[in-house]
Formats: sequence, C-alpha cells, structure tokens
Amino acid sequence: MDSVSYILQQLLTGISVGGQYALIAIGYTMVYGILRLINFAHGDIFMMAGFFMVYLSATMPVYISIPAVLLLTVALGVLVERVAYKPLRSAPRMSIMISAIGVSYLLQNFATYYTGGLPQKYPTIPWIGDNVNFAGVATSRVTLLTPVLTLALVIGLVALIRYTKIGMAMRAVSKDFETAQLMGININGVISMTFVIGSFLAGVGSLLFFSKYPTVTPTIGAMPGLKAFVAAVFGGIGSIPGAVIGAFIIGICENIIKSMGYPTFSDAFTFVLLILVLVVRPTGLFGEKATEKV
Amino acid sequence: MKNVKKEAVLPAALVLVLFAGLFILERTLPSSSILFVVLKKGAIYALVAASMNLLNGFTGLFSLGQAGFMLIGAYTYAIFTIPLEMKPIVYQYYDYAIGFTLPVPVAILLAGLAAAAFAALIGLPVLKLKSDYLAIATLGFAEIIRAVIQYEKLGPITNGSNMLKSYPKFSSVLFPFAVAGVCIAVILLLINSSYGRVFKAIRDDEIAAEAMGVNLFRHKELAFTISSFFAGISGALLAMFQSTVQASAFKSSMTYEILLIVVIGGIGSISGSVIASFLFVACSEWWLRFLDTELYFGSFQIPFLRSGFRMVVFSVVIMIMVLFYRRGIMGDRELFQHRRDKKKGEARQ
Repeated sequence: MDSVSYILQQLLTGISVGGQYALIAIGYTMVYGILRLINFAHGDIFMMAGFFMVYLSATMPVYISIPAVLLLTVALGVLVERVAYKPLRSAPRMSIMISAIGVSYLLQNFATYYTGGLPQKYPTIPWIGDNVNFAGVATSRVTLLTPVLTLALVIGLVALIRYTKIGMAMRAVSKDFETAQLMGININGVISMTFVIGSFLAGVGSLLFFSKYPTVTPTIGAMPGLKAFVAAVFGGIGSIPGAVIGAFIIGICENIIKSMGYPTFSDAFTFVLLILVLVVRPTGLFGEKATEKV
Repeated sequence: MKNVKKEAVLPAALVLVLFAGLFILERTLPSSSILFVVLKKGAIYALVAASMNLLNGFTGLFSLGQAGFMLIGAYTYAIFTIPLEMKPIVYQYYDYAIGFTLPVPVAILLAGLAAAAFAALIGLPVLKLKSDYLAIATLGFAEIIRAVIQYEKLGPITNGSNMLKSYPKFSSVLFPFAVAGVCIAVILLLINSSYGRVFKAIRDDEIAAEAMGVNLFRHKELAFTISSFFAGISGALLAMFQSTVQASAFKSSMTYEILLIVVIGGIGSISGSVIASFLFVACSEWWLRFLDTELYFGSFQIPFLRSGFRMVVFSVVIMIMVLFYRRGIMGDRELFQHRRDKKKGEARQ
C-alpha cells in the first residue's frame, strides 16, 4: 500500500472515530450547559445502548430493533435524570456529580450482573458494515457514513436550538437558570428534553461505534465517555459546534498517534490535550468567558 | 492543657483496646478467616478515604486523582523492595535497572514521597482550575500516569504492563492498622491545626479567605500534596495486601469507590470515612456474598441470586444513600468530639 492511501485510510478512520465522539460529546456539553453537571453516567448510557442492541436484535429484525434501541436509550436517559438528578436540583453541585458517579457505578454493575460479566457479541447490522472502495482505499461503509450522519444530526440540532421554541427555552435556561424559571419557562421540561436529545445521540453513536467493534462489555463506555467529555471541554463546554470540532480533532489526532506506533499513549494524549487547554484557555475554543461576582 | 489530656484519654484507651482485640483475634481465629481480609483491606481503604476527605471534604477541592497516586505509591514500593535474587524472574522480559533494595519502612515512606512529589508537580497547573474542571483534570492525570507506567520503554523500571510480585508483604493484621492509624492521626492533627482552619476557610469561601490574607494557591498545593502523600502510602499498603500489583487495576472506578466511601461516611468527617470504609469493604467482600450464590428451597430457586447480584444491590444501596442521606453516616461531625466544641459551633452560628 502506498503512503498516500495509507494516510487517507488513517484520516478516514480518525474522522469516523471523531464523529462517534462528537455524538457523545453533544450529550455532555448540553447537560453541562444547562445543569452545570458533568454527567458521568453518559458514557454508561452509551454502553447500555450497545447492550440493548445485543439483546433486541436477537429477537427482532434490524428495522425494528434500531428504533427500539434508540427509544430505550432515550427512556433510560430521562429515567436517570428523573431519579438521580431531579431530587438534587437545589443541592450543592458536588452532590449531583456524586450522584452521577453513583449512577455510573450502578449501570456498570447491573450490566455485569445481567451479562454474567462476559463480553457480548455485537450483531452485524447489514449494509452499513459492508466493505466499499473509497478513492482507492478499502474501508467499511460505516466509516464513510459516520461523519455524514454526524454532521446532518448536528445541523438538525443547531437548527432546533436556534429556531424552535424549545430551543429558545434551552438557550435561556443555559444563560440563567433562575431568571428563566421566573420568566415562566418549564425548567423540568427543558431539562428532560436535553436528556432526550443527549441520549438519542449517544444511542446513534453507540450503533455506529459498535458496528466496528466486535463485543460489548460493561465498562466499555468509560473511555469513549471520558474522551467525548474532553472533546466537549476542548471545544468550550456548552457550545455544540465546539464539541463537534473538538471531537473530530481528538479522533484524528488519536488515530495518528496510534498509527505512529504509540497505542499506549493515544489515551494519555487526550488528557494531555485536556490539561493544556484547561491551563491555557479554560473556556475552550468557543466557550464563553464567565466572570465571577463576589 | 488539662482539658486536652482528658479529651485524649478515651480515644487512646479505645485504640489500645482495639489493638489488643486484634492481637487476640489473630491468636484465636484461623488466619484464612474472611474477617482478616476485611480488616486489612478496610484499614487500607480507611487511610485513602481519609486522605481524599482531607482534600474533598476539608479543603473543598474536588479531586479524582486518588487511584493515580495510589498507583505511584504501589509501584514505588514494589520496585524498591523486590529482592535481588527475585528480580530476574519478575523482570523476565527486561534487564532490571534498579540493582538494590530498600528496607520496607523506607520504601513505604518513599512511596508516599514519590506520590507527593508528583502531586506537587501536577498541582502547579491543575489547582488553578475551578471545581468540576479540577475533577476532570485530576481524573485525566490518573489515566496518564497509568498509561505511562505501562509504557514498554520504561520496562526496566516498571516492568511494562506485566505485574510486579515477590516483594515483602505483611502477614499480621496489626501492620496495616498501625501504619494507617498513625497516618490518620497525623491527618486529624493537621485538620485541627491552624493549617486545617485555613483549609476549611478555603472550602467555605475562597474569595473571603483570600481577602483575609490566605495564600490560596500555596494552601491548596499543600493540601493536595499531603493528601497524595497518604494516598501513596495506602497504595504501598495495598500492594503489600494484594501481593501482586499491576497498573491496569488502578482504574478510575477505584477512585469512584473511594469517593463513594467518603460520601457514605460523610464529607468532612474523618471518623465517618474510617467507619464507612470498613462497612464498605465488609459489605462488598463478606456480608453480601450470599447474594452471589444460587440458593434453592427444595426445587424452588430464589430468583435473581447469581454472580454479580451483590454489586447491583450494593450500588442501589449507595444510590439511596447519596439521594436520601446526603450527609452520610457522620455528617461533618467526628466521634468523641467534645461537647464544648459543639457549643462553640452553635454560638458561631
């Protein structure tokens, strides 16, 4: 294989991984924008979406199981918010974060129990896993599909936030929680909607991620979750385009490092990047500067 | 002065009784008893939970790097104590670089110092960050440390991703109790000193503390370094307890477990952390074990009971604690806290 097509292949893989991170990162950045909460359970919702697919596709055809997976993932995300975050709305921020860690612990343990701790084979989704030839590079269809799908979803989401009523409410709540409440915005509805969107995108991300990954394990959500979070911080937390760009940059860089022969450091790189960003520009690429009042 | 002495009598007597009790237990029970596993692991977790509480509960720095510092401590201890004749076997894929061994107490101290040194370095950039950014940055550092230790070019020192073993361990349950006890006592003394009051001031209101002339960064760095020192020591103890140590085990879920212990015990209560860690270890290793085995009444199998159910029940209990008993077992009080203190607290409010 000549070097140009090798580079192209690595780049394609990187962009595809970045797209998957982007879909997860949006969930983090939206929740953080509204609740100021690092939703540690988000990576585990992504993992659970993988397991839903494993068990549902065993009994149903693909065209039913995919919508069912997305529906279940959304339901799980909203349930987690209702049970674990809503009662703590007036509590200190640390309590909600601890609750999120608790949910993550619970979901991982539940998945371990249900599967007996064995990795479950992910079903092959027809069509998207096929090999295709793109500009002389052999790759799978899902690799090409991921960035396209990601961008389409992001554009849809940005339009939703910019032009619809619920989008306006979301922007208002993320600007100022209490004032928005006083202006008659149904805070709980807005927050639920945030979790619906975030979980839906995590579900889509999980379908794309696992179709190239042979098995699902209970702890698999942790790493993509953390990386997506780093992407969200890198792009400026609260900013959706920022999260997407951050995710693509991380996906590509990570793949370059892997292909140079340092797979050990591809995870560490993400965190080095995070710390550099936090030290040099804590608000990220597109974040708004927050001033602290005494 | 007289008062202080009186206050110290009861805890000191209890510590003596505790050690005597442990001594007798060890003479009477078979050494394979699960009780000893719980006691040893509980003491180690108590130390690391207390160190995390010093940071999260008393200084208000939400750090999630504890597993990383324990990892440094565990590796430092193991690397410097593997006997020379065992080194070629342990480092079978590498030429070992460190051709000497240190006595156990020195190695434990060095484990703490190594973790503290790393913390001091990491603290320089990271401690300027605010609450949740600090949490995620320290979590990130723990991950980096784990990746770097497994790097194969460091193999002659860290043995790459292979495990370290054959170093000296402890057999008596008194050893981890003594080490952890001394360390926790130091933490308690620190909290009650003028430094401790500064830490609490930073926790309650950073801006007000700064206005009162507290050097924020210096004290945060101090708390971070000290906490990591004790995390390193507990890492060394954990290595001794497990008798093998491998970097891949020190995941972020370990930090989460320690955090949950701190929360269950009460954020801001050292005695709470100690009680909670023994309860946590006892539940996860012993009392809830029966949930993991299938149980039959005649031909009727009790539903749900099978491997892994214990952890599900356990995490549900933890979630209930987190949601409904947010203050934990002890809140921010300590055992044996003198009534005079409480009155003073009321007067302040």
